[in-house]
Amino acid sequence: MQWKLLSQKKIVLPNGKEVLEKRSIMPLMWLILLLLTFLSIRITNFSIEVIVNRISQFFVIIQQMIPPNWTYLSKLWQPLFDTIKMSLFGSILGAICALPIAMLAATNITKNKWITTSSKFILSLLRTLPTLIVALIATFIFGLGTMAGTIAIFLFTIAYVGKLLYEQIENVDMKAYEAMYSMGLTTIQAFRYAIMPQILPNYLSTSLFCFEGNVRYASILGYVGAGGIGLLLNESLGWRSYANVGMILLMLVCTVFIIETTSEYLRKKLM
Amino acid sequence: MNAIDKQLQLQPNRRMSYIMTIFILSILFVWSVSTIHFENVSLNGTKIAKNILVGLLNPDWSLIFNVSTGGIPYLLIETMAIAFLGTIVGALLAIPLAFLSASNIMPKPIAFVVRLLLIIIRTIPAIVYGLMFIRVTGPGPFAGVLTMSLTSIGMLSKLYVDVIEDLDKSVLESMEAIGCTLMEKIRFGIWPQLTALFLSIVIYRFDMNLRDATVLGLVGAGGIGAPLIFAMNAYKWSEVGAILLGLILLILVVEFVSNRIRTKLVRG
Repeated sequence: MQWKLLSQKKIVLPNGKEVLEKRSIMPLMWLILLLLTFLSIRITNFSIEVIVNRISQFFVIIQQMIPPNWTYLSKLWQPLFDTIKMSLFGSILGAICALPIAMLAATNITKNKWITTSSKFILSLLRTLPTLIVALIATFIFGLGTMAGTIAIFLFTIAYVGKLLYEQIENVDMKAYEAMYSMGLTTIQAFRYAIMPQILPNYLSTSLFCFEGNVRYASILGYVGAGGIGLLLNESLGWRSYANVGMILLMLVCTVFIIETTSEYLRKKLM
Repeated sequence: MNAIDKQLQLQPNRRMSYIMTIFILSILFVWSVSTIHFENVSLNGTKIAKNILVGLLNPDWSLIFNVSTGGIPYLLIETMAIAFLGTIVGALLAIPLAFLSASNIMPKPIAFVVRLLLIIIRTIPAIVYGLMFIRVTGPGPFAGVLTMSLTSIGMLSKLYVDVIEDLDKSVLESMEAIGCTLMEKIRFGIWPQLTALFLSIVIYRFDMNLRDATVLGLVGAGGIGAPLIFAMNAYKWSEVGAILLGLILLILVVEFVSNRIRTKLVRG
């Protein structure tokens, strides 16, 4: 580590000129990092001893998961499809709704500063709350079931796609838009013909990526009663029937892998 | 036919592919409509929604300014500590795994197996790890730290690999030409290339972990999630409002700071 913090290094060049080397802030950063780590260890009661002594418990559980309980498979299809449907519906609807909101939030399309700032604020507010907590709140409002999960995914998709989309809209080439606008097209028409073609591939690819992530999130939403396969996961974990848990996880890994591969392929084609 | 018409006809005809995409999307959409149902939505729903809003607007200030271990400031600090320590442990553990799964360093079969392992680690939801680690350490923030470390590994090593595979090797060649030893090559050739990008990735992951850490409380792995769910189940909306307010504020601040640091790191 470079402890140059206290003394500025003076280098004398062969021609007699003196050069001061800039102080590095790295030592200070490392110090802060170490301090924070130490504090975190104190707060969370982190201890290596416990890990060494009891980590075997973790592998005991994994051992019970293998082999998975294949007979449980027949009960899994319905909730699994529910999970996929939830994320599909939420993602499609959310991606569609994100478009107008992103238009409102982009400073080069919407000239009113109040509207852009408040739309941006709403988007970042929606993005802060973890999906599971939104789902938890949604179960109180919309009752237990897939509806609550769909709402949570819908809101997250709006926030995520909306944010990336308005950043793209703000970075597009505005010449075509301005030309069309000056020819007398309305804002919407000019947006449709000048900006849409520029952002469409990115928009679709972002939405696909968001859908990918949503399948993952949707799988745990059932934990708070928001429908899907998480419900069974919660049940099996509660009863400690780890063979069933293993089956659920295996199905999840396969589903996510298939969806990820497909979406990665599609995204590569889009780009 | 004038030049403009000719140019127009040169435009590729994408109508078929548009129609097909929209067709497939609508089929999927209609298939998934069954998740929407309103029979569970009772009149209670609107009342609760209103209560939550009122709670957010009138948060329980005594809870926000409570400095004991039950107060929101301490819970937020605990959540941050879980995310922070989890990120650090995960970041360290991910480095060897990343080198193992980089296909330009390791033989293909090893890289493939490690990659598969990472996909599996990444897919299993954090809550499942949380419940498994609680059996190891008992409920509390320690279980949260272990969970965060494990879930971070998957994404971090995937992003590390991208950086490693993009390493500029010409620097190493020129260093070899002027006679640097292996250690010098690593210290002055590889390390400076990796640190800034690795740090930026780790900070990004910390941002994500903070969000996930708030969720871990739901399974008893420490952090602010547990008080939140207790308050909701007890219909104490002003407490819920206070917790949500603290959470939103914390995440917004951390996101702002981490974005600033990351742009500085990447741009140098």
